[in-house]
Amino acid sequence: MKFTEEHEWLRNDGDDVIVVGITEHASEQLGDVVFVELPEIGTQVTKGDEIVVIESVKAASDILAPIDGEIVEVNEALIDDPAKVNSDPLGDAWFFKIKSADPSQMDDYMDEDAYQSFIG
Amino acid sequence: MSDTLRKTPLYDLHVELGAKMVPFAGYQMPVQFPLGVMKEHLHTRGAAGLFDVSHMGQVIVRAGKSYDVAALAMEKLVPVDLAGLPEGRQRYGFFTNDQGGILDDLMLANRGDHLFVVVNAACKQADIAHMQTGLSDCTIEEISNRALLALQGPQAEAVLADMVPGARDMRFMDVATFASPYGELWVSRSGYTGEDGFEISVEAAQADAFARALLAHDAVEPIGLGARDSLRLEAGLCLYGHDIDQTTTPIEAALGWAIQKVRRRGGTREGGFPGAAVILDQLENGAERQRVGLRPEGRAPMREGTTLFKTDGAGDPVGRVTSGAFGPTIGAPMSMGYVPAALADPGTRIHGDVRGKRMPVTVANLPFTAANFKR
Repeated sequence: MKFTEEHEWLRNDGDDVIVVGITEHASEQLGDVVFVELPEIGTQVTKGDEIVVIESVKAASDILAPIDGEIVEVNEALIDDPAKVNSDPLGDAWFFKIKSADPSQMDDYMDEDAYQSFIG
Repeated sequence: MSDTLRKTPLYDLHVELGAKMVPFAGYQMPVQFPLGVMKEHLHTRGAAGLFDVSHMGQVIVRAGKSYDVAALAMEKLVPVDLAGLPEGRQRYGFFTNDQGGILDDLMLANRGDHLFVVVNAACKQADIAHMQTGLSDCTIEEISNRALLALQGPQAEAVLADMVPGARDMRFMDVATFASPYGELWVSRSGYTGEDGFEISVEAAQADAFARALLAHDAVEPIGLGARDSLRLEAGLCLYGHDIDQTTTPIEAALGWAIQKVRRRGGTREGGFPGAAVILDQLENGAERQRVGLRPEGRAPMREGTTLFKTDGAGDPVGRVTSGAFGPTIGAPMSMGYVPAALADPGTRIHGDVRGKRMPVTVANLPFTAANFKR
């Protein structure tokens, strides 16, 4: 698993399909999540695009596309049960899957140890 | 104003309980406890929540030993019937300016030989200066050696009555003084959540022990500013500086109910407060815009600052959201804002701009959750 400085996690599920979610640290900082807006399947995204909106009891925030590629699956269950983002951020509450256009972009990101020291 | 943030007498307790502290109106205040905003909110509606509101201003207004003289003097600054307020009762009111805008909203209580007022933290110094200037015959004493706590929710009565049995006999907006193991308590049966409950002024030196005694009850959880905001919004209550300010009149803000008949046109003490001409005219003829409740469709909150439009097509903005959040009790987003009078009827469907999209939102009755007061 890889981690971004924006507190996303990325997991390669094979065939260059990358699953993306947010870390436990991020979910704690957000507070109770009440609304999630997901991208449409088939959307071509570029690293840095704002593709998910998360509204918590405190504020709205975004998830940026961590890599270039095509959205091939989204986690519709989060729309009806956004609280999953708080209860299981590293598991059930993945947000979307991207078919990576350039798998080497994954190398830019931190491994778990580096992320743990990043959040201190 | 000092650069350093002030601490309330409960600061150490908040930290010990694991609160996340944030700067608010010049104080370090708990925004949430480990329970989290959503559960704190629901706990208050279901059992009882304890809030630290010591940052608010507690002020005693005296004219010798005469409540009546102090009350009549204060009527020059607020459009409320204070002379007719019985001893042991409290009323909601506001300081107005010459344009009819609201300088602050406040609670005013008849405590026998004086008037006791509670004002917003951010307006405290300005309010005190305003009273010193406007009430030259009265002494204005800021009470800085007392904390203020709010105990809110359906279990609040049972919890407080366990310590001071007399609390059980109070009705909504009663005020009373009780002796307690924690010194003299100045209690009002009121709050900012839409629930039954009490606001309790206690000596600063006793506040920590008093709060711990309340928290020792299973029913009571500490609640932060985050849930305080969602609770008051569900209850349809205004937050000064957001839903009301110097540019909004009480009538635009749908607070005309707080102006009793004797202060209205034809009343025995008609007008006589700043902005009376504007406010009394709007009370009779209506205002051009009005504060309303708003229920966005879907789950996305429409937050403060969201621009409102009549349709999802072209056209100028018609209003603005002044408070918006997700309502844990109603399980849906909720907002308040100002719209033209023609669009203010409940059921009117308008639109709000959320991240560049025009999202439908329906004008709704306030409060969003029914009040649970003991009248």
